[in-house]
Amino acid sequence: MTKEVLSQAEKSKLLVPKVKVGIIGYGAYVPRYRLPAKEIARIWGSEGGFPVKEKAVAGLDEDVITMSIEAARNALKRAEISAQELRAVWVGSESHPYAVKPSGTVVAEAIGASNDIQSGDWEFACKAGTEAMVAAIAMVGSGMGDYALAIGMDTAQGKPGDALEFTAASGGAAYIIGPQRSALVNIEASYSFVSDTPDFWRREYQVYPEHGQRFTGEPAYFEHVGSSASTIMAETGLKASDFAYAVFHQPNAKFPQRIAESLGFINEQIAPGLLAPIIGNTYSGAALVGLTAVLDIAKEGDLILMTSYGSGAGSDSFILKVRKALKQRRGNALSTQDYINRRTEIDYATYLRYRGEIRMR
Amino acid sequence: MRRTNDVFIIGIAQTEIGELWDLSLRELGSSALREAMADANGLEPEAVFVGNMLAANTSRQANLASLINEHAGLAGKAEGFTVEAAEASGGAALYAAWNAIRSGMIDVAAVVGVEKTTDVVGAGIESRLLSTGIDSDFEALEGLTLTGQASLLLQRYLFENQVPREALAGFPMIAHSNGVNNPKAMFRKAIDEKTYMKGIGDPGGFSTFDLAPNADGAAALILVRGDRIPKDLKHNAVRLASSCYITDRLAIHDHRDPLFFEAAAVSTQKALLKAGIELAMVDLFEYSDNTTLHAVLSLEAAGFALRGEGWKLAGEGTLALQGTLPVATMGGHKARGFTLGASGVCQVVEACLQLRGEAGANQIPNARIAMTQSLAATASAAATQILSI
Repeated sequence: MTKEVLSQAEKSKLLVPKVKVGIIGYGAYVPRYRLPAKEIARIWGSEGGFPVKEKAVAGLDEDVITMSIEAARNALKRAEISAQELRAVWVGSESHPYAVKPSGTVVAEAIGASNDIQSGDWEFACKAGTEAMVAAIAMVGSGMGDYALAIGMDTAQGKPGDALEFTAASGGAAYIIGPQRSALVNIEASYSFVSDTPDFWRREYQVYPEHGQRFTGEPAYFEHVGSSASTIMAETGLKASDFAYAVFHQPNAKFPQRIAESLGFINEQIAPGLLAPIIGNTYSGAALVGLTAVLDIAKEGDLILMTSYGSGAGSDSFILKVRKALKQRRGNALSTQDYINRRTEIDYATYLRYRGEIRMR
Repeated sequence: MRRTNDVFIIGIAQTEIGELWDLSLRELGSSALREAMADANGLEPEAVFVGNMLAANTSRQANLASLINEHAGLAGKAEGFTVEAAEASGGAALYAAWNAIRSGMIDVAAVVGVEKTTDVVGAGIESRLLSTGIDSDFEALEGLTLTGQASLLLQRYLFENQVPREALAGFPMIAHSNGVNNPKAMFRKAIDEKTYMKGIGDPGGFSTFDLAPNADGAAALILVRGDRIPKDLKHNAVRLASSCYITDRLAIHDHRDPLFFEAAAVSTQKALLKAGIELAMVDLFEYSDNTTLHAVLSLEAAGFALRGEGWKLAGEGTLALQGTLPVATMGGHKARGFTLGASGVCQVVEACLQLRGEAGANQIPNARIAMTQSLAATASAAATQILSI
């Protein structure tokens, strides 16, 4: 398929690098604390059903930097390379601990990367992580470096009492991109669809994001995810039934299920990567951590579609093909399911304390 | 017999109604106006009366007539005015156009109802913007919203008249059933009583289905004096037999009886008198069903039901398309979508479709006389029209 893709890429919209690249290592991180939706409804009430069952919450000593370090270490274990070999450490998030001062440099230092690297933080609402991944593909694919680390991680902010509070969660994943010869998964092609669509935003000095309610649906998520996924499928000549799995950005349980159905995917293809119902929406981490759960079980030769979504708005799609090495190296680190099973339920008051929400007046 | 100052509606148009994220005020208003002019054999209006409630607040746009006229190709040719009367703006604009023609100063006038609600999203729509139609100092600042006010009145109505809660289900059920066949409607799905009852939150309060959805959209009409009807018009001209607009006290606590829509009653009586017809002659009623309370009290105010008994009409089948007094024949505000300041014009377009025999699957056989009524807030103003063929 790669040859076909390459020849098409010359005249198509696909992004296909000159040097073939793949995922060398991947690692998930989901914090242990869980806030059930019914606990939020106990405080704020609810209008009918819940968008997710519960969400993962970062602990008192966790933030995007510490969680990125955890995920990156898992990725390094599976990559079986030294952190010194990395030429880039990039973190995509909408909850970087600092407004000015990169998360990436702290992560790089902590995992033992060298000083001879690129580092920086990416921001594109919920697709900052996959945007970093495209950059990593470009860096390795152009021959500028052998390995690049791209992370999507968030401790998402949902305003207390807002609909977003049910879903805004913490977690994410790290991916090391490298040459295809040592890859767990081939990256066959990627494609991005972007437009100026103001569906969700947070301005400087604002504590919580705002959103355009139903505008976040049809003209935003569905338009962009639908265009991105259908374009990459059309350009590569692949149909939904060709894929073993598909992972979509998952702001709740319903959106990814609906877009998957409209693209022709069946539940069995998306269920393994649909984690939002049990960990919530991890924003920049959402599609990426969903993919880790799929990679934990995928077989050699499986084709996987991953499509992210970032408000503002854009959507990145990737076509991945599983290699033999995945089965051999995925046991090097904790599986995503291990993190999901590591569960400590908390009440709303504890949640407020952990998230630094308590302020008296 | 046609008198020279009789007014006829010879062109009608309505855009799709709903959450139209991609369409702006100028696109909605001007496309409706252009389409209405085309329907009127291309006749251009000398004056355009725009009905709108929220544009200055939601879209930061006033001066709507210049905006719409320019984009409808009428710059430098037509006069233009914006008429504001909260949710009755469309009805009030129609009244102003009717008056202009009746006065003899204008031969051809256009009415454009246009509303763009989705330029602002969130709770502010209800608390800050829609509340501009009630008494700001004595109602809105106390935390009352239009929906809150109507919900309190509904509880009082149910209590005073010992109404079984499920009895009100018929009103939105009729609207949604009629909306199924309206290609322009926001909602085209019928609902049943079970769905209605499931939508009730606080006991005694509104069901979700008692509230019409705020919607974007525009509608336009071309009005002419009787002697200006084009000879080769491809459809019937609808006679605007009367239009009557009246205001009442702004705050609900100043109304003589909060459960009686006095403005609606007065404007109905005057409109019937001016048109020279009796209530029993009305073949269909496009009423203001922006809440079920409005629907019920409109029927009582007009005299279609006794005080405290309007709620019985939906269950009896009277208001269905096959009944003796069909209402919301194309879905009403509830299913077509509540276009606020444009809603009064949408009602007239739909009444004209019925009288012209162009209402498709929802056509009422032999419809000859239609009544439309748009209300501001909880009937602090009412505009009533009688149309005939």
